[in-house]
Order: sequence, then C-alpha cells, then structure tokens
Amino acid sequence: MQKYSVFSLFKNALKGHKDWEVAWKDPNPKEEYDVVIIGGGGHGLATAYYLAKEHNITNVAIVEKGWIGGGNVGRNTTILRSNYMHDENGLFYEKGMELWRNMSQELNFNVMFSPRGIINLAHSDAQMNAYARRGNSMKLNGIDAVLLGREEIKKMVPILDFSENVRFPIFGGLMQPSGGTARHDAVAWGYARQADSMGVDIIQHCEVTGFDVVNGKIKGIQTSRGNIKAKKVGLCVAGSTSVLAEMLNMTLPLETHLLQACVSEPIKPILDHVVTFGAGHFYCSQSDKGEMVMGGDLDGYNSYAQRGNLPTLQHVLTEGIAMLPFLSKLKMLRTWGGIMDMSMDGSPIIDKTHIEGLYLNCGWCYGGFKATPVSGWTFAHTIAQDRVHDLNAGFNLNRFNTGHLIDEKGLGTKTWIS
Amino acid sequence: MLYIECPYCGLRSQNEFAYGGDGTVKRPTLNKEVSDKEWDNFVYNRKSPRGKHVELWHHISGCRQWIKVQRDTVTHEIFKTVSADKEI
Repeated sequence: MQKYSVFSLFKNALKGHKDWEVAWKDPNPKEEYDVVIIGGGGHGLATAYYLAKEHNITNVAIVEKGWIGGGNVGRNTTILRSNYMHDENGLFYEKGMELWRNMSQELNFNVMFSPRGIINLAHSDAQMNAYARRGNSMKLNGIDAVLLGREEIKKMVPILDFSENVRFPIFGGLMQPSGGTARHDAVAWGYARQADSMGVDIIQHCEVTGFDVVNGKIKGIQTSRGNIKAKKVGLCVAGSTSVLAEMLNMTLPLETHLLQACVSEPIKPILDHVVTFGAGHFYCSQSDKGEMVMGGDLDGYNSYAQRGNLPTLQHVLTEGIAMLPFLSKLKMLRTWGGIMDMSMDGSPIIDKTHIEGLYLNCGWCYGGFKATPVSGWTFAHTIAQDRVHDLNAGFNLNRFNTGHLIDEKGLGTKTWIS
Repeated sequence: MLYIECPYCGLRSQNEFAYGGDGTVKRPTLNKEVSDKEWDNFVYNRKSPRGKHVELWHHISGCRQWIKVQRDTVTHEIFKTVSADKEI
C-alpha cells in the first residue's frame, strides 16, 4: 500500500497526480469467506480492520447495500466523548478515546482528531449536583472530567447567553477536556483503505436479501450479487437492523427512528468547544470550514426515511437560539437525516445470537460515531474468539430479559418521557 | 409535516399529536400467569417494520383521545386512522 505523507504528496504533485493508487479496490464477491460483515459503515469497516489487524483473520468481506461512507458515518455531527456515568459505558467509550488518539497515525490517514473539549451546560442546582456525581464516576473510571462554575464557562465560551432573565440560566457545566470531534468521512475512508490493504474485500452496491441458516448455524448469505458462503456473519447495519432481523425471524428490542442534523453558513471562528444545552437536547460545534454543526432530538416516530421533518428541526433550533442567540441571524446551509437503531434502554448491543456464527452489533441510538473504533475493536474480538470481551459484556442482548439494563439517561425510543 | 386525520376532530398537523409507539403490541392477559418471554415481547421487543406500521398517536393538544394510525415508515403516507379501540 502506498503510504500517505508530505513526501508522497510532493512526489505525486510533480508527476501531475497521475500515479496515486486507488484507496480500495472494487472486487466481485468470492464464493466463500471466513467472516462476512454486513454493513460498510464506520462500525463494519472498523470491525473488518480489527479482525485483520488484531486477530489475523483476513478472508473477510464487507457487504454494503449503498457505498462506503454513505450512511450514518457520513451523517453524524462528528462528536467524540466518553462522559458516561455507568461503568459499562464509561470504560467502553474511554477505550474508544484511546483508539481515537492514535487513529491518524495508525491508519496513515488524517482523521482531523480535534480534542477541543465538550461542555454539558447545567441550568439548575439539581443539575449541577447530577453533573458532579457523573464527573466523579467518570474520574473513578480514569476519564477526565471538570466541573465548571458559571464564571469559568463565561470566560471559556463568552458567546453563550449569560443574561439573567432567561428561562434556563447557565449555572455551570461538566467538561470532558479530552472530548472533541473528528472528520467522519476520513474515518470511513481510513479504515476502508487499511482493511482493503490487508485483504478484506469491500463489496459495495450489494444488498443482503436473505440468510442461509441450517440447524441453528449460519452457512451464508443471499445477496443481490449472488450467494456468499460464510463461516461467520456479523451485522453492523444500524437503522436497518430490524429489517435484517425479520429475515432471521428475530424480534429485537429496537425501533428505527430518524435523527436530523444541520449546518449553518460558514462564519469566522466563534466556538472552540463542543457545547450541549442542558435543558433540552441540542448540541453545537464549529467545523474547520466555519459552519455551525448542530443536532438534537429524534423526529419522534418510527422512520426509515433518511430525511427529516421540519417541526423537529424548528424545536431543536429554538433550543439552539436559547443557548446561542446569534444563531438566529445565520442562514441554514444544509440539513440531513439518518436512521438510528434506538435500543430500549439507550445503550448498544454487541453480542452473539442464538444462531451459531451470527453476531449482532446494533442499538447505537444517538451515539454511534464516537463508538466507531471501539465498537469495531470489541465486535472483532467477539466474532474472532466467539465470546464477548469484558468491555462489551454488559452490552448483551439478554439484559432486557434479566433486567440488567444500562439506562444511562433513561433515554431509549420513548423520548417523550424525558 | 405530517397531517393526521383525527377520527374525532378531522385533519390536523402533527404538532398537535404525541407519538405512542407500535399499536399492535398487546398486554398479556390480566390475572393469568405471564412468561418472561411474553413480558419481554410486551415491554421491549418490536418488529419496527420498514413499510406499513400500525401505531398509536395521542391528540394531546386537541381532543386528548388516543388514536390508531396506519402509516408508511419510509414515505410517511398515512393510509388510515381509527379510534384506539378499533382494529385496522
């Protein structure tokens, strides 16, 4: 594989950029693979990469209905964080942060990792207490957390609305200084390029239409480009999980919902952290191009539309203007939507299934992007070793039966409750 | 914007409604032994179909009645609305 560096850039520039290798090939599916990953999004690509790198399994195919980077890995708001209270989440996502820190070097692809810090605003004394508790839990798990008072936040982010007579005055906030953002497309491309170089077949425009299961064991998949035999199959299809589960006669604790995001026209640098509104559901950061990147609530009803509805956008941006009043003066540049696999307790599922050789990776709700590396890392382990890793042991499918829910915020599909 | 035909009030915008989830889920019969599996299916497990979906909506800013709606989850086309006690 051609290494990307300032020297290769210089060399290729002199040759008129004619000799660059393709970043990944476009192979036809082989007859059989050791592992087939369904879904060529961030999680699927990362899984294939870690299967090859950590477990030496390279006879792997990624089967993608659309194209690499066209799903949720290209539709998110690029935020990275591990500011969770529960051990299952905190330790899992902090392993993810460790992988994010080295990703550009490891993948030889600049993912523009930017640990600019994430601040959750608090708007009452009770919320400050809850944040202090969460911050302490984070510190016990080795995650950096700083509880900030109103004056400290005013110094750091003066553009926020600090007036006295607002409905939700800012009392303070909880900051994870190591949180931040990364360029989402680069993550998909970086993983795809490395996985391809280690022998993984990335098969795009190939839709799964069925599964071959014999005596409770997976034998292969049926696709729009023919049947593919596989010893093991992993599902990484986010919002389409329920559709594939139906082909397998499985009913999962998931609902597919639509989540929107939007960016404003680009402006000069004004916000150098990720900031979230604590009295609702709104978050904002500024991209390197200067656009304000914003998101918030689900549209609120089951949807596979991949396209949003205006009432929710209006609701979310009303919160945005309450937090950052200058937003009302900006024009909207783009809005878009992605379909989320909302689990019933708001936490993901990475587990084996009752079908031998079939593995499940789903339930990412609002937060799939930040999990991309660690989801791939733990899912690759689960598939390769046929057992879950300690880090994803809590994210089992059985927890809805045993009652061991991981209800970090009590947020699942029923957003109207909160 | 969705426009939902409330069987009591007529055509109204989605802003007047709150979503109530899958309308086909039935609570296990009262005063009968309930297995864990039945309870799971009632509380957590959902088909979440891509296509026609029967769902509950609450006309919270209108007549405050619960209604049943059959809607396409891809196109958002609404085929039928009835009062909550009726089957679609």
